[in-house]
Amino acid sequence: MLVSLNWLKQYVDIDDISPEDLAEKITKSGIEVEGIETLGDELKNIVVGYVKSCEQHPNADKLNVCQVDVGDEELQIICGAPNVQAGQKVAVAKPGARLPGGMKIKKTKLRGEVSNGMICSQQELGTDPKFVQKEFEDGIFVFPEDAEVGADAVELLNLDDTILEFELTPNRSDCLSMNGVGYEVAAVLDRTLLLPNIEVDTTTQKASDHIQVKVEEPELNPYYGAFVIQNVKVGPSPLWMRNRLIAAGIRPINNVVDITNYVLLEYGQPLHAFDYDRFGSKEVVIRAAREGEKIKTLDDEERTLKSEHLVITNGEKPVAIAGVMGGADSEVHEGTTNILLEAAFFNPLAVRTASKHHGIRSEASIRYEKGVDPNRVKEAGQRACQLLQQHAGGEVLSGEVEFNDLDVSEPVIDFDTDQINQKLGTSIATDEMATIFERLQFEYQQDGEHFTVYAPTRRGDITIVEDIVEEVARIYGYDYLPYTLPEGASTAGGLTVQQQLKRKIHQYLQGAGLNEAMTYSLTSEKGAGMFVDPVLKERNPQPVKLAMPMSEAHSHLRLTLLPEMIASVKYNIARRQQDIALYELGSVYISEEKQITKQPEEKRRLAAAISGTWVSHQWQKDVKTVDFFVLKGIVEGLLSMLRLHNVSFEAATMEELHPGRTAVIKVNGDHVGFIGQVHPFVQTEWDLNDTYVFELDLDYLLEHADLEESYEPIPRYPSVTQDLAFVVDESTKAKHMMDVITEAGSPFLKDIQVFDIYQGEHMEEGKKSIAYTLRFQDPEATLKDEQIEKVREQIVQAMEEKFNAELRG
Amino acid sequence: MKERLVELKEEALNKVAEAEDAKQLQEVRVAYLGKKGPITEVLRGMGKLSKEERPVIGQLANEVRETIAGEIETKQQQLEKVALEKQLKEEALDVTLPGRPNPTGGPHLLTKLIEDIEDLFIGMGFEVAEGPEVEQDYYNFEALNLPKGHPARDMQDSFYITEELLMRTHTSPVQARTMEKHEGKGPVKIICPGKVYRRDTDDATHSHQFTQIEGLYVDENVRMSDLKGVLNAFAKQMFGQSREIRLRPSFFPFTEPSVEMDISCKMCHGDGCSVCKGTGWIEILGAGMVHPNVLRMAGFDPEKYSGFAFGMGPERIAMLKYGIDDIRHFYTNDVRFLKQFHHA
Ligand SMILES: [Zn+2]
Repeated sequence: MLVSLNWLKQYVDIDDISPEDLAEKITKSGIEVEGIETLGDELKNIVVGYVKSCEQHPNADKLNVCQVDVGDEELQIICGAPNVQAGQKVAVAKPGARLPGGMKIKKTKLRGEVSNGMICSQQELGTDPKFVQKEFEDGIFVFPEDAEVGADAVELLNLDDTILEFELTPNRSDCLSMNGVGYEVAAVLDRTLLLPNIEVDTTTQKASDHIQVKVEEPELNPYYGAFVIQNVKVGPSPLWMRNRLIAAGIRPINNVVDITNYVLLEYGQPLHAFDYDRFGSKEVVIRAAREGEKIKTLDDEERTLKSEHLVITNGEKPVAIAGVMGGADSEVHEGTTNILLEAAFFNPLAVRTASKHHGIRSEASIRYEKGVDPNRVKEAGQRACQLLQQHAGGEVLSGEVEFNDLDVSEPVIDFDTDQINQKLGTSIATDEMATIFERLQFEYQQDGEHFTVYAPTRRGDITIVEDIVEEVARIYGYDYLPYTLPEGASTAGGLTVQQQLKRKIHQYLQGAGLNEAMTYSLTSEKGAGMFVDPVLKERNPQPVKLAMPMSEAHSHLRLTLLPEMIASVKYNIARRQQDIALYELGSVYISEEKQITKQPEEKRRLAAAISGTWVSHQWQKDVKTVDFFVLKGIVEGLLSMLRLHNVSFEAATMEELHPGRTAVIKVNGDHVGFIGQVHPFVQTEWDLNDTYVFELDLDYLLEHADLEESYEPIPRYPSVTQDLAFVVDESTKAKHMMDVITEAGSPFLKDIQVFDIYQGEHMEEGKKSIAYTLRFQDPEATLKDEQIEKVREQIVQAMEEKFNAELRG
Repeated sequence: MKERLVELKEEALNKVAEAEDAKQLQEVRVAYLGKKGPITEVLRGMGKLSKEERPVIGQLANEVRETIAGEIETKQQQLEKVALEKQLKEEALDVTLPGRPNPTGGPHLLTKLIEDIEDLFIGMGFEVAEGPEVEQDYYNFEALNLPKGHPARDMQDSFYITEELLMRTHTSPVQARTMEKHEGKGPVKIICPGKVYRRDTDDATHSHQFTQIEGLYVDENVRMSDLKGVLNAFAKQMFGQSREIRLRPSFFPFTEPSVEMDISCKMCHGDGCSVCKGTGWIEILGAGMVHPNVLRMAGFDPEKYSGFAFGMGPERIAMLKYGIDDIRHFYTNDVRFLKQFHHA
């Protein structure tokens, strides 16, 4: 809502307060003033001039030489506007004048003729071209005949105004009207409010002889008032009215339309003027539209209606979409003489449905959607009649014709002073509270400390005692509320075990060299089908699709974190960032329903992606590129940190991963995730370098982590290490061998490490050598050579039996 | 003989002095002190001496030996020192060469901020509550005093999946769910961080996905002044003791009264600058007293219980704190962005 301070001055005395201070006060008591615009700040030396003569320029077809009387002198001004004529009163920027943007007017010569100033258009004076009335769009502005020659044009055009931009929250639609703004500002400043005074002289003729009203949908249209005004002369509205419309962001059209718009701004009540003679009948019938029924609206669009739309008809066909837009056939035009004026209350939801369907958001529909004041619908109609009488020469017929089923009762709210203070933590005196209600102009009864407030219908947001609490608080001032802390019993607070563990996982992964990423939960349809964990895939999950996505790239809920993480890798590569180490903890959304009916299962997952150089220490020739085992080491470290033992990595295949470099990860036989290199085809498709990824079931890790802190005594007896190398078939898996060695080496074998793998020269085709360092220890005594020798033999024998392994000399 | 010994001593000491390395010194040692050396030879010839001369010469010979041995020892230490010094000199490094870097990672800025905020409220006795991101319309809207048809719940602004399911538009449904679990018994003190979704086109200031952190405090006799006190304590700890807070009336369907909280601008200390758009204040969060309808729907008696709730956007706080100009940075994961906040 744009609020003109020049207009507001008619409601409340604000002369002694600066726009900035006023804005600050209004903001602090509940309505945010988003902007303060002082229009003609720079304008100077612009006056009303009378064009005495206007002759064509001797040397230029499109220019005129005008002699202009500006009161104290007569100026010759060259003017190129097509609409300039002798006899007009115009805005003249005299030499020395200043226009918006700091432009200065000087004496000059145009094609040999002296020009002592400039005749201005409204645009040149800073008016937004959108709001300049049609006739002046392509030329200079022309004042009404009664404008005084030499008068300050800036003032006459209201360019000395300041506009406050109110950012209204949905509950404060009362301030979509100047009356409402008046109430608010009067309350905030604690000053007297002056409202427009309505006096209408009516003719002896009765409106009901000319029109009847029939409402078929009283629920959707509980009030319809029809007024008849005869013998109007359509023409421009008074300049002050045009100025106020422009200040509020509405373009002036003609006096009839301007008056309905003006009252809309004053009362927040939309009105509609029909051309009575083109209405097509003497009966207004308000009904639901028939499915497929058509209407050509004011904007010359042919619109097809639906049965949930409410329409105004002449008993035969629609003449307006209720609360949204009028029809073109019954529109007021230059020759209109008789007017049928509508002042109605339409159901907010009905208006909203129709306005959305037709894509029309008008000043009217916005106000109807938020709900207008039921107690001022008729008054607004009367106000328009008064203005039509005053400014369009209309004769108002007596007695409006109404359908009235409107609930105008006020919510009654009962409370004690104490109740309000308790909710606020204040100690506001009863008298002071009464003063607040006076300021707000809420009717109330007081009995000692007990109040009964009748919430005015103009403030539709006030219905319960909490609303009163807010009104009291905001007028009293939020600044004056004390700072206290809750007096209830204190509680311990804290993180759950899983929340703590999650933080530990973050710390571990960061310490391991990964950067936490945050990706989008919504991915493309294709992304939703990629990198799906093999175990999850068996459940045949159905990616959940948004009903109305904003883009194809984010249309489906992810089933794994990887597609969007890969997108982040790609994003970096495209920006020449090759070395990437990312991880993310996030949710995936699993549903097996083809037509989703219930919330998908949300599973927490942990994923990582690495690519490029892992360590780069070039001058010492220590450069390590990421590989499978870098990432595997991170997973192993994580599982070990969570004390999840009995971990195995088993070769597996997944469509998007390298067939020879993929493993599923198991803990105690439970599937917990997978790891692998992104398939070279996928890498090529996404423009990636070699990229390794893993994804783990975070829920599993959090549920199964062993948090028991325990201590094992430091061994008192020395351990012994031995190296053993075996030659086996190249397909023999290291882990299988280690399992066999571990079993055979029991109970003294404490640790086993692979220290070399060899294949190639001096090695039989299809064979490989794998060397282990074994550490033996007896916690109770120093191991004897014979004991170690025996274990060693057991191991060699077991390896021979299981893998046909040959001990390498 | 005596002369011979003195001569040998002079000779040996000269050789010791001349020795340039351990090897030459060893040669000196073998030459003079060895079993076949001249001193031994002198001693062997002592049999020819008179009884009186023998002990004199014997003593002298020992003195000579000891002197030579002592000088060799001294010389050896000296040589070792020189050798060590030479070796150390050779081993000297260019200490200005770069060290071997370790791979380092770090938290996402939003996670860090959320954890900091969680910790502040945990210190005030709050617990951290979480909930689903795909929500029922009931919990996302209806339970929060946003019945169907309410203008503030425009279908266009939310990612609906079906009529009854949507991507949650705020973390408030977690509040509704948590209150429900308390079965009408307070206190409830929770902080709810999480991802939320709005039907927006991504640009520098809009993101279809962002994070939110909300708090809820429900108990008997909770007052609006308590909200002010708690928010003040939070703001001072989070943004600095010198920052002031200001509450302004606002509107949210789930709170009444509703407020927006501003903090005084760090750049201009309230005088007005470009960061605060000349107002001296920066909007940080929305809050209010829990609407009685919300309490009632979650099974709490609004006659007995009252409470406050607040919510803020970590992205906004991060953008203000670090001057980040594009919200998309939080989700594109440019490593140059991520690495800047390792120590945040
Ligand atoms: Zn500032």
